[in-house]
Amino acid sequence: MQLAKVIGDVVATRKDESLVGIKLLVIRPLTPDREPAGRPLVAVDAVGAGVGDVVFFVRGKEASFPFHPAEPPVDAGIVGIVDHWDYADRASRR
Amino acid sequence: MQIARVVGSVVATQKHKTFEGAKLLLVQPLDAVDDAPRGAAMLAVDGVGAGVHEKVLIVLEGRAAGEALGKKGAPVDAAIVGIVDEVVVKE
Repeated sequence: MQLAKVIGDVVATRKDESLVGIKLLVIRPLTPDREPAGRPLVAVDAVGAGVGDVVFFVRGKEASFPFHPAEPPVDAGIVGIVDHWDYADRASRR
Repeated sequence: MQIARVVGSVVATQKHKTFEGAKLLLVQPLDAVDDAPRGAAMLAVDGVGAGVHEKVLIVLEGRAAGEALGKKGAPVDAAIVGIVDEVVVKE
């Protein structure tokens, strides 16, 4: 999983049926230093996140698990809204 | 699997129900040979009671990570599955 900031949302009227009712958000992955870590991507939301929230997300097929028994065709999903984090070992980050 | 260092912890109240009771740690993957940090730090669920600064063994695959958490259908992709005592590389 990775930290990310929610920076937008995606509206798609025509889409796979199993995506109906699922919120699509644009997220920017973050390092524990709050620096951008890679390109923004689109993730499905399983926890009620919104723009401005810092979240953590899962990559891969597991992103569809919160929607079980539906199996939406997704590869990234927000699974938690972060309250705060401690980043102890700054020296090891590079 | 990869070797990583635990570098922090994450607190999230609102999360998917399978995370309830799980410890979320920040881990920095390391080169298995020279211990240099490799890539960005990430979140992993803790399956073994690891703590900050410890060197650990992580799995980066959903099914394995879910098993480490002990829950079926958990939306996770990384888990700590061991605490490393020593890595001996001879080549």
